[in-house]
Amino acid sequence: MNTILVTHRDDLASKTGMWLFLFTEMLLFGGLFIVYTVYRYRNQVAFHQAAHELSVIIGTINTIILLISSTTIAMSITAIQKKNKKLALLLLGTTILLGLAFLVNKYFEWGEHFKEHIYPGSAVLALRGHGDVLFYGLYFFMTGLHALHIIIGLIFILVIAMSIFNDKINSENYVLLENSGLYWHLVDLIWIFLFPLFYLIT
Amino acid sequence: MQNNNVEPSFLEYKGKYKGIFSWILSTDHKRIAILYLFSLLTFFATGATLGLLMKLELIAPGKTIMTAQTYNAFFTLHGIIMIFAVVIPGLPAVFGNFLLPIMIGAKDVAFPRLNLLSWYFYVTGVTLVLISQFTGQGPPDTGWTFYAPYSFRTTGNMLPAVFGAFVLGFSSILTGLNFLVTIHRMRAPGMTWLKMPLFPWTLYATGWVQLLATPIIGITLLMIIAERTLHIGFFDPTLGGDPLLYQHLFWTYSHPAVYIMILPAMGAISEIIPTFCHKTIFGYKFIVASSIAIAFVGYFIWGHHMFTSGMSGTALYTFSLLTFIVAIPSAIKVFNWIATMHKGSIDLQTPFYWAVGFLFVFMIGGFTGLILGSLATDIHLHNTHFVVAHFHFIVFGGTGFAFFGAMHYWYPKITGKMYDSRWANTGLIIFFAGFITLYGEMIFLGMKGMPRRYYDYDEVFHTGNIFSSLGAVVMYFGLAVIIINLISSLRNGAKAPADPWGGKTLEWTIPSPPPVENFNEIPVITKGPYDYK
Repeated sequence: MNTILVTHRDDLASKTGMWLFLFTEMLLFGGLFIVYTVYRYRNQVAFHQAAHELSVIIGTINTIILLISSTTIAMSITAIQKKNKKLALLLLGTTILLGLAFLVNKYFEWGEHFKEHIYPGSAVLALRGHGDVLFYGLYFFMTGLHALHIIIGLIFILVIAMSIFNDKINSENYVLLENSGLYWHLVDLIWIFLFPLFYLIT
Repeated sequence: MQNNNVEPSFLEYKGKYKGIFSWILSTDHKRIAILYLFSLLTFFATGATLGLLMKLELIAPGKTIMTAQTYNAFFTLHGIIMIFAVVIPGLPAVFGNFLLPIMIGAKDVAFPRLNLLSWYFYVTGVTLVLISQFTGQGPPDTGWTFYAPYSFRTTGNMLPAVFGAFVLGFSSILTGLNFLVTIHRMRAPGMTWLKMPLFPWTLYATGWVQLLATPIIGITLLMIIAERTLHIGFFDPTLGGDPLLYQHLFWTYSHPAVYIMILPAMGAISEIIPTFCHKTIFGYKFIVASSIAIAFVGYFIWGHHMFTSGMSGTALYTFSLLTFIVAIPSAIKVFNWIATMHKGSIDLQTPFYWAVGFLFVFMIGGFTGLILGSLATDIHLHNTHFVVAHFHFIVFGGTGFAFFGAMHYWYPKITGKMYDSRWANTGLIIFFAGFITLYGEMIFLGMKGMPRRYYDYDEVFHTGNIFSSLGAVVMYFGLAVIIINLISSLRNGAKAPADPWGGKTLEWTIPSPPPVENFNEIPVITKGPYDYK
């Protein structure tokens, strides 16, 4: 009796599903980009000046880190296709380390702001006026949500790495790795937009 | 592997789990549909009871059975439950899950486990909303729209409710995503896009709306949560934010959401009418195109919820014009349905009565919608009972009638039993009489200027409210008759044949209730979906 349900596998369907999910992620951030646009338009001077206070150096380093990590996860897909399990695991490990490095940088960056009493709801920030409140509100909310996506992505990649280790993901069946790669690229892509919006347009 | 010839039905085959676990851990799309059906009916009963209590409060001016604060909490909970937990999942989650794979000749949806996960998200979301009622400093009292800035200033327990709505959105996205991939990848050989039945077509259009609109409310609700907990200032004027921006973001989702509710309803009606007229649907391609058109234009008309909120003249005219434009594809469908009946050999059965009832109330809902879509009349009618009446004619009248129609249409297929159609028709008549008295009267109350969302009103509205409230009682009674009949038929009903109505779509070619795998052999499609000679 138990044999009547045949397992069904369709890699193209999985990838289509992932792409559709990425649409929803883009729209999720899209809502925030709209809010950013409206408030930037209304508080041009304040946004302009507040952006000077962010560390372009840390931002640039983090951008490079994410770009490299996107490369390593893409390479790990090629490695698994070529049946090189060790290399694939090594590249995924690198991706995870780079993701963690991004979060560590973010931690110190936020820590600096907190030391200066700049965080949502702080009295010091409120004194500086509406434009600054909104700029930092958006900054913390958007980079925070992005960091949350990094964390979720890292957990996915860790699970994938364990499946590769157990040979559940192999050169015959690697659509899950491809999908987590797609997700990681999206997280990277969103950062590519966040970086200029907060750090570079001054 | 005994009994090789007779495959067990999905009701008998339990998989590897026993008892309740054979349901709540099953990834069979049919079992998940039943899970949705039962949870949805429970929430519907809750929401309907809240609605009835509100109408009883309004039977006389002043305090009748509840305080103003309780009334506020009731309409908030009624709204959240009915919108997010009943009509948005409604037809897609129950009938879509059960019938979409069967109607396109597939054995399941593309992602069965994801399908089960979305049911868990659904239940979690509603649980969070219910938790908000009994914890913290009193239940939420903002209305289901969570308008800023009140939603982060009220002492009501907003966080669980708002987060619950967010989780429900997630469930909706996953269902939409699943259906889109299923329709793209799993249609039976030979079923080209234009040989697909209309219910799957509307689910396809709905899937895109669920996918592309829901994230906007997701992020907006997260912003409300951040506003309440972290005081970020997105929508708080004292911090430089703009409450109007909240309304724009909210309706950017919540207007398309209206089409999440109504499109599958239109799909179900498009299945019922040809079956009981024994005639091919009139203008198949136009119905398909109008579904897509509704889904598309539906994105650009959210502003008509905000005519009195403050917008530029250009924006007002544009939104009003687009609102009129979106009425055209809906009207096309109505004409097509009527034309299908023309010269058909009509078999007057319960589902057909529901479909005709749908046409009647949907048209009242549509026309009142046009009155609200005109700028001048909207200024007078905004925030009155007229809006409430319009909304219920469309959402309860449209989606609700289609839901019950679908339930009576597919009941034999799902349960393998026939229901007692005399009781079903009696229930429908009582329900219909109550419905028209309840909401029809609200139209006139609104035109006279009775505002919505107050537990109290001026003496001049008293007579109308007595009628309206009595209508609510009658309608509630009718609902009870309908549901009790369906439940008791589970036990007493005669055995249903594979095709009790003479339907032509694929679900009528397999036994009732369907076997676990739906089809022994995947069918090859050579004809259109409504092939009547």
